[in-house]
Amino acid sequence: MSDPLALVPKDPEPQKAKDFKTDQEVRWCPGCGDYAILAAVQGFLPELGLKRENVVFISGIGCSSRFPYYMNTYGFHSIHGRAPAIATGLASSRPDLSVWVITGDGDALSIGGNHLIHSLRRNVNLKILLFNNRIYGLTKGQYSPTSEVGKITKSTPMGSLDSPFNPISLAIGAEASFIARTIDSDRKHLQGVLRAAAQHNGTSLVEIYQNCNIFNDDAFAPLKDPQQRDDITIRLEHGQPIIFGADHDKALRRNTAGSIEVVPADTPGILVHDAHSEDPSLAFALSRLDSPSFDHTPIGIYRQIQRPTYNELMREQLDEAIAQKGPGDLADLLASGDTWRID
Amino acid sequence: METDPQPVKKVQQLDRVVIRFAGDSGDGMQLTGDRFTQETAAFGNDLSTWPNFPAEIRAPAGTLPGVSSFQLHFADHDIVTPGDAPNVLVAMNPAALKANVADLPRGADLIVNTDEFSKRALAKVGYGSSPLEDGSLDEFRVHSVPLTSMTVKALEAFDISKKDAERAKNMFALGLLSWLYHRPTDATVRFLELKFAKKPEIMKANIAAFQAGWSFGETTESFSVSYEIKPATLPPGLYRNISGNMALAYGLVAAGSRSGLPVFLGSYPITPASDILHELSKHKRFGVRTFQAEDEIAAVGAALGASFGGSLGVTTTSGPGISLKSETVALGVATELPLIVIDVQRAGPSTGMPTKTEQADLLQAMYGRNGEAPVPVIAPCTPSDCFAAAIEAARIAVKYRTPVIILSDGYLANGSEPWQIPSVDSLPEITPGFATAVEGEEFLPFKRDPDTLARPWAIPGTPGLEHRIGGIEKADGTGNISYDPANHDLMVRLRQAKVDGIARDIPPLAVDDPSGEADVLVLGWGGTYGAITAAVRRVRAAGGKVAQAHLRHLNPFPANIEEVLRSYSRVVVPEINLGQLALLLRGRYLVDVIGYNRVRGLPFKAAELQDVIQDVINS
Repeated sequence: MSDPLALVPKDPEPQKAKDFKTDQEVRWCPGCGDYAILAAVQGFLPELGLKRENVVFISGIGCSSRFPYYMNTYGFHSIHGRAPAIATGLASSRPDLSVWVITGDGDALSIGGNHLIHSLRRNVNLKILLFNNRIYGLTKGQYSPTSEVGKITKSTPMGSLDSPFNPISLAIGAEASFIARTIDSDRKHLQGVLRAAAQHNGTSLVEIYQNCNIFNDDAFAPLKDPQQRDDITIRLEHGQPIIFGADHDKALRRNTAGSIEVVPADTPGILVHDAHSEDPSLAFALSRLDSPSFDHTPIGIYRQIQRPTYNELMREQLDEAIAQKGPGDLADLLASGDTWRID
Repeated sequence: METDPQPVKKVQQLDRVVIRFAGDSGDGMQLTGDRFTQETAAFGNDLSTWPNFPAEIRAPAGTLPGVSSFQLHFADHDIVTPGDAPNVLVAMNPAALKANVADLPRGADLIVNTDEFSKRALAKVGYGSSPLEDGSLDEFRVHSVPLTSMTVKALEAFDISKKDAERAKNMFALGLLSWLYHRPTDATVRFLELKFAKKPEIMKANIAAFQAGWSFGETTESFSVSYEIKPATLPPGLYRNISGNMALAYGLVAAGSRSGLPVFLGSYPITPASDILHELSKHKRFGVRTFQAEDEIAAVGAALGASFGGSLGVTTTSGPGISLKSETVALGVATELPLIVIDVQRAGPSTGMPTKTEQADLLQAMYGRNGEAPVPVIAPCTPSDCFAAAIEAARIAVKYRTPVIILSDGYLANGSEPWQIPSVDSLPEITPGFATAVEGEEFLPFKRDPDTLARPWAIPGTPGLEHRIGGIEKADGTGNISYDPANHDLMVRLRQAKVDGIARDIPPLAVDDPSGEADVLVLGWGGTYGAITAAVRRVRAAGGKVAQAHLRHLNPFPANIEEVLRSYSRVVVPEINLGQLALLLRGRYLVDVIGYNRVRGLPFKAAELQDVIQDVINS
């Protein structure tokens, strides 16, 4: 497994979370889930030990996209939906950088849907953190492409009409090589997923369930409610049997139709999670367990496979061209082809 | 041994010729024209070309929409246009004849492939009777040549299909024309050897067809005269033929080399700009990265992202593509990063006519963004001038930390002319001047250079200069988010002043007024340079007095432009749009310029501009 951070210079000094904080006042609403994600990222980055100047956060537009202003690294707050495209140009020309994309459900899945799917299929070395709060926050509360059908919002007083995207299913369809889901309020899980995402060579997509306490409060309440959460949260771990429930009494099994069903944990043939399988059908079937009522929701790494990255392949073509014919000579180039001399 | 007496053929001297090859889009007319051009360039004539083809790859055979043509003007002296009207038309079928015959002047030579003039083919394009027989072509010198059948016959000995043999008819035609104008043939033979290296039988057949065409010219009585056009006396040096798109690509490679910045091209295929992507993708040895993006927006986005990282970010497009890029170009304005945006203009609006030329994106380049978002605009004036324009765009983009738009057009992109290859040392050096260390107490990403008003370009990886940029308004100096009213007003004015200040860093507008007595100035921009120059020469040759100036920098204008405008009592502004430069000049300088505007998807003809200028002089 090649290390995506091999070319990124390391800081000889130990780092702390506060090294990654800026002097800018954080302007999210009090109680916003974004605070927890910011703290988790700032808290986890010192583990990587990368030089701060070689870390870049690029965002689009939306509440979450203010994120780069609060990170004491290089940052680029760009335009709506386009962060993956801008980051692709940066990451494919600078192998010495760790490039992170911060986006939201509207930014990544609505206006920027095209760039998201193409960066996933290209497998550029980007870490995409998709803050999914299932609502448009910065424009003050319209439904988003992950809102449930029938959502009553300012723009849909009689309920929204369109079916939502399932970001995990979408990413699998787009041939993503790393797909995970985590929750803003579960710092330990969030940081574990971030760690794996950072170390994955290629595009990592991390969907983070994030609470917007102003326009869509408690969107993920069942997953956070101590009474329910253990019964409905399925923690995916590669190589481990998929068992869940407060009493570890439930498990998943594939039925003959290929979809997944919940069975008692002692049932023969329960599923063992294989995030590394080339065949995406298990990951896809797991992603279809989601339901608006949160009957059971898998979190963790759905899929993590190795395949060539766009940036490395691009670099290799440049190296190969030079290896074959030597570095370019401008005078030779200009005088190439059919020429004639006038004396 | 008895031999047939070789006909004694006259050789006539000409000073210039315009030839047009026309056929179906599948007949290989562009290739034929290209080869004739290379032969002509190698011979040393000055030349100018105009490929004209449909957007459809293979429109229905034998129909008017499927006609593809290639016009070449070559001369023993300096010329500036591909010529108004062909002296020679090669028509490979009735559709090619019908689509082009109206452009022929009386007495022109018309070489017709009679094999394709069947009743059915004639009827397809609406000929009730054969124009070869009904007298309608009497004003021309018609050479009826069964090109297809003669080619097939010449290739009988080769082990190839009849279809492949027929396809070689364009080489037969090329051979015939090469004989007619005494062109050197070695390079075409070499070209065919390379092109068909993997299909030796096809290669030999094409070479044989080419030679058969030449021999036919020598022996047939249909051509009693052949022509010589002596080499032109151009300044000494090494030359090559170059198209506008090729020159842009070479200019970008040169700009990368002269700046030490790796070139990153983000592009989405679009006619007629795609050839820049194709060409640059060959130059990986120069560290050029080419990224074929998922759409126009991603293409410019990736280029801007690469610029943020210290590359020379470039994007290329045309037509609707430039509209799609507007938002990202404005982000480049707000973040003050170098970016080169090449718009090879084509006929619009919307899809318009993708393969046809136009100059109607000027106002979009100037103003097509939300907010006050000034962008320098540069327009090359000839195919070879695209090389220098690309380097100039890079110089301004890097020095002033700004997006720069290059307005080329379809005519420049595909047209070609001889280019005196410059020495590398003569090209301007471009200094990136990256910020490397904090000056003073803290790094101020929007602290400006007092002369240029450019901000520091601090790229990721530089310790101590970590900073955040974005599309939100920034506080002067610190670059922090700011909604302060006075700061916004200041920043709007600073960005404008930065672009306006480039006027001090570009050459003044040069006026060509040999008599010094002209009342009338003709002022153009971009790809109309050749036609305007040819028209001005004709007016002067006829005794008229006219001054000529041509704008390369459209934003900012050269510092002396107002003075130039006020030095003439009348100013004619020909444009292939409805008066966009005229609007800018009137709005800014209150000079009532006289527009001449035709928007046909075609370049101007020298003759029409001659009349326009003469009318203004006479009025």
